[in-house]
Amino acid sequence: MSVQYIGKQSICFNNPPKILCGGCVAGEKESQGPLGQGQYGNTFDEVVMDPMCGKNSWEEAESELQYMASNIAIEKSGLKKENIRYIFAGDLLGQNMATSFGVGSLGIPLFGLYGACSTMGESLCLAAMTISGGFASHAMAVASSHFASAEKTFRFPLGYGSQRKMSATWTVTGSGAVILSDTSGFAKITAITPGKIIDYDFKDKENMGAAMAPAAADTIYHHLTDLGIKANHYDKIITGDLGYVGQTILIDLLKEKDIDISKVHMDCGIEIFDKETQDTHSGGSGCGCSAVVLCGHLFNLLKRKKLKKILFIPTGALLSPSSSNEGLSIPSIAHAVAIEADS
Amino acid sequence: MSNNEFDDMNMLGYDKLSDNTEVYNKYVEEITPTTNIYLNVLRAYLVGGIICTIGEFIHTMLMNAGLSEKNAAYGQILILISVAIILTGFNVYYKITKFGGAGSLVPITGFANSVASPAIEYQKEGQVFGIGCKIFTIAGPVILYGIVCSWLLGLIYFIWGIITK
Repeated sequence: MSVQYIGKQSICFNNPPKILCGGCVAGEKESQGPLGQGQYGNTFDEVVMDPMCGKNSWEEAESELQYMASNIAIEKSGLKKENIRYIFAGDLLGQNMATSFGVGSLGIPLFGLYGACSTMGESLCLAAMTISGGFASHAMAVASSHFASAEKTFRFPLGYGSQRKMSATWTVTGSGAVILSDTSGFAKITAITPGKIIDYDFKDKENMGAAMAPAAADTIYHHLTDLGIKANHYDKIITGDLGYVGQTILIDLLKEKDIDISKVHMDCGIEIFDKETQDTHSGGSGCGCSAVVLCGHLFNLLKRKKLKKILFIPTGALLSPSSSNEGLSIPSIAHAVAIEADS
Repeated sequence: MSNNEFDDMNMLGYDKLSDNTEVYNKYVEEITPTTNIYLNVLRAYLVGGIICTIGEFIHTMLMNAGLSEKNAAYGQILILISVAIILTGFNVYYKITKFGGAGSLVPITGFANSVASPAIEYQKEGQVFGIGCKIFTIAGPVILYGIVCSWLLGLIYFIWGIITK
């Protein structure tokens, strides 16, 4: 049996699984941001203007986003859904409700996951391992979030008046689905570094960037160390939703370990919204944030060879609605996926 | 946001962030941007003042219409609450709070908003387990501790009454 793991946490694939295609759906606010109307045009496969997505509740709306993103990915792949052996999917809601009602109807064996906003990374890691291990020829990784359902789960009802801190982020309404293949694709996943939980005893749930930056720093450090490479090996190191505040912290934390990512760092939460005009404070967040930015914007750049090697590393804050009330800190996690465009 | 150069780390005078969670928390507090508290206080003053002035205006109008002072007060409260609920329903009230903060939360209009918004949000979960169980999720502490404080003060007043007899 050939060994594919390396160092403390990483895996380098002997037969890198290929990224066949991605599908993404986003909401109105996202479509009005730099990735919907900016210099890259509309990077989303589909935009849903109705926040309810034609359904009766926010949770159903988010399920619909997952369903739509999955179907768009399947259509683009040219495959039938019977060809996709396993789905790895998750969301932010209690009991992964959006996933169960979203991709459940596809009739494909499902691994439901919870990684908070790192779910896209977690699902890609597991899907990649499944393909590379010879357990499937096609697998799909899906993640979603919805502003209203996330507010309802973690914060306040929508109509309630409250003031958000400058460090707060705005949950992205959107879903992304990636189909991996053992044979063909426009890019490949060369390595992954699943992260471990990092807890700096940080308790401010309105400053997720600060809660999650240590996890991103730890995973990036182990990824680079395990593989014996430097930060400039990658064109971009892309975190999920650290936001403006988290980005500063991440760069400082890595500098302590003599790693400088300031020239290659990019954050999906910073890219997806315009800070000046959209009132999103520290940036976008949610599983959907990294998912739609990856499946739209980043895949476009990889296809056009504007980016050749990226490290995609979404982060998740693993608090629950009760944990912060109980005075507990916010444990965080980050999963890294190394992606290379095919030449 | 600018990226700190390595030199800035030493200038900030911190020990290694990753060694000590207390140091990390302090560092985060220093670098996280905050809103301008003076501006917030001014906005709260303006919004709260305007709401209360409107209340006074309503009160005077009602008294001029012939109501007693007490009834005019009740009418004023009812009108303010109704307007707040309607504005919540039309998804407008939260914009007032976003600007005015405590100025719109503290008056009774804020309480009305805190009851109306869960009622709207949890409608989907039904009349009993949705609206019924969750309508006071935000206002609960106000109701509970308001009553507890009143009881406590009443007890103190009662005991004081006995002592001073």
